[in-house]
Amino acid sequence: MGAEEITLAAFLDRSHSIAGPGFSRWLVPPAALCIHLCIGQAYAFSVFNKPLAQLLCSMQHACPPATEKAISTTPGDWTIASLGWIFSLAIVFLGLSAAVFGRWVESAGPRAAMFASASLFCGGLLVAGFGVSIHNLPIVFLGYGVIGGCGLGIGYISPVSTLIKWFPDRPGLATGTAIMGFGGGALIGAPLAVALMKQYSSPTSNGVSATMITMGVIYFIFMMVGVLLVRVPAPGWKPAGYVAPTTSAHMITTRNVTATEAVKTPQFWLLWAVLFLNVTAGIGILGQASLMVQDMFAVTAVAAAGFVGLLSLFNMGGRIFWASMSDFMGRKRTYMIFFGLGAVLYFLIPWTKNIGSLGLFVLICCIILTMYGGGFATIPAYLRDMFGTVEVGAIHGRLLTAWSCAGVAGPVLVNYIRQYQLAHGVAKSDAYSVTMIICAGLLVVGFICNYLVKPVDEGHYVAVGAAEAAT
Amino acid sequence: MAIEKTDPSLTVKLLLAWLWVGIPLAWGVWVTLNNALKLFQPPAA
Repeated sequence: MGAEEITLAAFLDRSHSIAGPGFSRWLVPPAALCIHLCIGQAYAFSVFNKPLAQLLCSMQHACPPATEKAISTTPGDWTIASLGWIFSLAIVFLGLSAAVFGRWVESAGPRAAMFASASLFCGGLLVAGFGVSIHNLPIVFLGYGVIGGCGLGIGYISPVSTLIKWFPDRPGLATGTAIMGFGGGALIGAPLAVALMKQYSSPTSNGVSATMITMGVIYFIFMMVGVLLVRVPAPGWKPAGYVAPTTSAHMITTRNVTATEAVKTPQFWLLWAVLFLNVTAGIGILGQASLMVQDMFAVTAVAAAGFVGLLSLFNMGGRIFWASMSDFMGRKRTYMIFFGLGAVLYFLIPWTKNIGSLGLFVLICCIILTMYGGGFATIPAYLRDMFGTVEVGAIHGRLLTAWSCAGVAGPVLVNYIRQYQLAHGVAKSDAYSVTMIICAGLLVVGFICNYLVKPVDEGHYVAVGAAEAAT
Repeated sequence: MAIEKTDPSLTVKLLLAWLWVGIPLAWGVWVTLNNALKLFQPPAA
């Protein structure tokens, strides 16, 4: 047993995952996707909301037809509002764990980090499944929100710096591919959960607990393939034909800043604001997409669900598209487009309702969602440009606290403004105009923050010899 | 984009690795696209 433990520890160690001769760097993006396609299931967690709110009534065959306000009338069944905390907790712990464990991820290497992510995320699903089986909400919070959330954070950053080191010539493409997987995870997680719940449902259960446990096992196996595949490049490795720049370009440094030092720079906090504002504005659409299209264009709930799915597709596609484009356009210019074009598009959304154009509304929302996803996917390469490669994963981890804050601020902004307007007699179909204008305003602030990003001051860089030792 | 080594076993490994992640992703995209089409279908009478 002791020998096995030593073997596993050795296998996970960074020094044992250095690529040998003949290894192809194109094996690393699928390794990263193994992790991100699984942890991206978090975006599809809402598929469990209604079944979780009907656990007791489904045992008594007494579930009423669900409405927005009354999912279940059985005493003791969980409310949608309380279930909303599961996802919020997961996103908060995603940011916290990425910030706290970022440096460990850098030092332990991607294999150990991916293994930890798989154990925590899938273990969290098992604990949540157990919590559901005994109808104990705090255990579900602990399982999916806290333990699973830590798996999300460690998994999200685990392949980032490795990909940047394997693809110094195309860092945007490389990290965009991985982070596209997080968007794609929802496309797999939602239909998989629906299919499993259908499979496990019985006259006395809607199958949520068994579905969560099964998904935990399936995802663990899937993620282990990533653990087996991933490698770090040997010291000094570079792609064939690639000549590393010897001097820093205007917005791309060849030097390095540590994570501890990075948080002392205005550049870090400007990029924090850039991510926070882009995500908060994106949630303005994502958080109310289904209700918005139903209220503004009187489409059915089924059609609205299709609209949400379409947004997920563009969210995913935007990640690889914009991150790849940023390799050619530059990161700062890419975010200028996100914020400039985004602000105009948000202003146009109320107008699409006035002219009754569903097609234009869908087109605008889809473009906005590509930029929402693109904002996530381009930020690691932006950080690499500003702070170098040595601790980019740890710096990225700390920056993800912006996502946690946006994950709380975004829904609050959206829900409270809508409720306030409805309470003051605004028609349902017009209740989104103010939110859209506020989102456009947020993007204008983001535009200014991004405009203010300048190269890091000399005093923050690591001495050249120290940086080489760290790599 | 070219593979750096042309070792056949490496090519097979690459193919399997990309299929491992590509197949579930393609399935998810297919299911989502089918659901998205409902947005543009007229409601049933």
